[in-house]
Amino acid sequence: MRPLWLRRLWAVSTGRFGLIVVAIIALLALVSLAWTPFDPQASEIRDRWMPPSWPHLLGTDDTGRDILSLIMAGARTTVFVSVGAGVVATLVGIALAALGALTARWLRETVAVLVDILIAFPVLLIAMMISSVWGGSLWVVIWSVGIGFGVNIARVTRPELRRVQQSDFVLAARAAGLTAGQSLVRHLLPNVAPVFIVQLSWSMAVAVLAEAGLSYLGFGASVVEPSWGLLLADLQRYIGVHPLSVIWPGLAITVTVLALNLLGDGLREATDPTLRHRAAEVHTPGVVA
Amino acid sequence: MLRYTLVRGALLIAGLLVSSVLIFLTLRVFPGDVAQLIAGTQASPAEVEALRESLGLNRPLPAQYVEWIGGVLRGDLGTSLLSGASVGEELALKAQVTVPLGLLSLLVAVLIAVPFGILSALQRGRRAGTALSVGAQALAAVPVVWAGMMLIVVFSVWLGWLPPQGFPRTGWATPGKALESLLLPALTIGIVEGAMLMRFVRSATLQAAGQDFVRTAAAKGLTRTRALIQHGIPAVGLSIITVLGLQIAGIIVGSVVIEQLFTLPGIGRMLVADVGTRDLIKVQSELLVLTGFVLIVGFLVDLLHRTIDPRQREAA
Amino acid sequence: MSLRVEDLVIEIDGRRVVDGVSFEAPDGARLGLIGESGSGKSLTALAVLGLLPDGARASGSIRWNGVELIGMPDRELAKLRGDDIGIVFQEPRTALNPIRTVGRQIAESIRIHERVGRREARERAIAEAARVRLPDPELIVDRYPHQLSGGQRQRVAIAMALACRPRLLIADEPTTALDVTVQAGILTLLLDLVRDEGMSLMFITHDLAVLAQVAAEGVVLEHGRVVERAPVGTLLTAPASPVTQGLLRDATATLWRPEGGPA
Repeated sequence: MRPLWLRRLWAVSTGRFGLIVVAIIALLALVSLAWTPFDPQASEIRDRWMPPSWPHLLGTDDTGRDILSLIMAGARTTVFVSVGAGVVATLVGIALAALGALTARWLRETVAVLVDILIAFPVLLIAMMISSVWGGSLWVVIWSVGIGFGVNIARVTRPELRRVQQSDFVLAARAAGLTAGQSLVRHLLPNVAPVFIVQLSWSMAVAVLAEAGLSYLGFGASVVEPSWGLLLADLQRYIGVHPLSVIWPGLAITVTVLALNLLGDGLREATDPTLRHRAAEVHTPGVVA
Repeated sequence: MLRYTLVRGALLIAGLLVSSVLIFLTLRVFPGDVAQLIAGTQASPAEVEALRESLGLNRPLPAQYVEWIGGVLRGDLGTSLLSGASVGEELALKAQVTVPLGLLSLLVAVLIAVPFGILSALQRGRRAGTALSVGAQALAAVPVVWAGMMLIVVFSVWLGWLPPQGFPRTGWATPGKALESLLLPALTIGIVEGAMLMRFVRSATLQAAGQDFVRTAAAKGLTRTRALIQHGIPAVGLSIITVLGLQIAGIIVGSVVIEQLFTLPGIGRMLVADVGTRDLIKVQSELLVLTGFVLIVGFLVDLLHRTIDPRQREAA
Repeated sequence: MSLRVEDLVIEIDGRRVVDGVSFEAPDGARLGLIGESGSGKSLTALAVLGLLPDGARASGSIRWNGVELIGMPDRELAKLRGDDIGIVFQEPRTALNPIRTVGRQIAESIRIHERVGRREARERAIAEAARVRLPDPELIVDRYPHQLSGGQRQRVAIAMALACRPRLLIADEPTTALDVTVQAGILTLLLDLVRDEGMSLMFITHDLAVLAQVAAEGVVLEHGRVVERAPVGTLLTAPASPVTQGLLRDATATLWRPEGGPA
């Protein structure tokens, strides 16, 4: 029995496209765990700089590595980072939102002010700050994006949470004897879920861009981990002679981010039907490389 | 208005303080021995200890923090542990590249976003509008690094019109060359940020079009388009100002990566290098400056927004 | 100066929200359009002026003095708006531009259709403000909408609509969003102005009691169709359609007449 929101998501063209592409990327990542056309790390100097042809469907890079395999393996990292960041953002977001909406007044005000201050911290700067102490790694990316966007999510979710908490049916439920915890799980979270899921989707898009940028700078994936951003950095030196080699990782990133963004847009349309004919407010995306 | 300014100002100061504490704590409290790094692997423990003492790293954290902040307020941003150079001086120098780059990028972004955003709103439902909207979405998804690379390919490699990298050593003494080297970087950031801003302009315009008072304006005898432009767009402008703060933050972040790609000797590139060499004093102050800049811009934008909107000018 | 609507059909997203409405408002008419919300009355009014929302399509015939309005390019329609036909909307809170003074907005109504300098336009705006019985007109023209009460804002809206002395005034539920205590004043104002200028009036409402005070003839709409058309007296005393009967039941208990006490 497919849930209503999923069916509505499918009905919206943006949602459909987003869902399909995201599924494909996830599938590629999954498949690459078991099989890729070539070993992504295997360099075959004889075969360097081959144009797209058989058997290297996307060609090879400067050391003869198969680009298609690199892209597939890179999808792994992308999925890992975006899911990881999503999880962190979810936890941080919900925690902050709950603190900011459901607790005593002084705590609420403090959290509200704190969130407004933390919003200004661009994700990239957070990442660099952490990198300078711990060295760069994919975990740095996950934590920075997670915290950065978690704060963003909290800012959007908190008023929603508060609004639902004040609403009549929740008050009635509480009056009937429901505890705070039960009301949170049974009433508040499900009502806030639509807003939340949309933000989550967008934050995953940001995570992909962040990973690409940070890996490019050297603060993300290490040399042994496949990453689209790292691939861009590697191929950069050769754009003079092989300008089109950078197209593949760049396209991969763009398509993934676009799909996640469209998925978020589609989710918003699917979960809030009143927006259908009104110009909906566009999210102001988090700040990333 | 005065009261609002004071309250907002207090929030700004609180924000700066909190940021500085967070930056300081993150960089000091966590593992990593700066003295060891500087002294190198060959140094004896005694030498490392002596170095640590001379750098003041053994003093209690609050004392170190106060000394840093005290210095910042006096205008002394510290000196690099590794090179001994004054952080403030270097920042001022690199700012000559980063600030013009930022301004140019902002200009490009606004020049792209406003006309195309409004156009795509006016043409909604028609092919042009959909094409613009989809195009903006696609461009906004492009990683700014890759956009830069593609622009280099087109304008430097294929057409040879602009230099692919670097900033003239003569700096702004040769303004023509300096501008030339900033053009592609500014275009890159501007296009990507502009695409993001454009989506916002479009939605703000659509929202304005749905406003009752725009309908009233048309009812008075203006054509629907003119009613939208004369009455709706100013409201759009107001909401764009709100996003301006975010745009500027985005440009700062974008410039970190772009300066790396185009090898521009700016603040961003310096930050990346310093993080790489773990030059914590520099990183500390650089991050504070950048964050402070973002916070101050946010504050100014808030004030501007309030001044322009008469509804809020006299709110109690 | 007559308005003639024939078989008007308005579609939104393929759905017919107005389905073959016909009526006439000859010169000097006091016509009422009445129905529940969703009956299509407001859309009909908007269609006359070419102000339908995005995504709505009108077909059929709307003639103003014999000239067909449906299909007319917006530039031509704009010339009629404000000059020949004026309209007052329901919600004064959102109908005025929040970042412009009310005086400037009234002046704009004039300057769109007449070549008038800024100073003269301001003088005329003050005169219009006085005409709609706003207090301290010279001072109020420099105020912003949020500084005025709901009733005052609606008077400003009326001033804007009538500034160029149109021949037909369309009033779309002009008192519905106002306080009960203020409604009477607005209705009286409207009636006086319409009478003084010899304008036609098309008044839209869901309240039969309000209709009784302003209109001579009523057109009853339900689900986008005309279900009854009769003089107001007949609607009140011998309503033929169940829709009208329902509206009569819902009407406010006391019918107040301008000339005397309760009906």
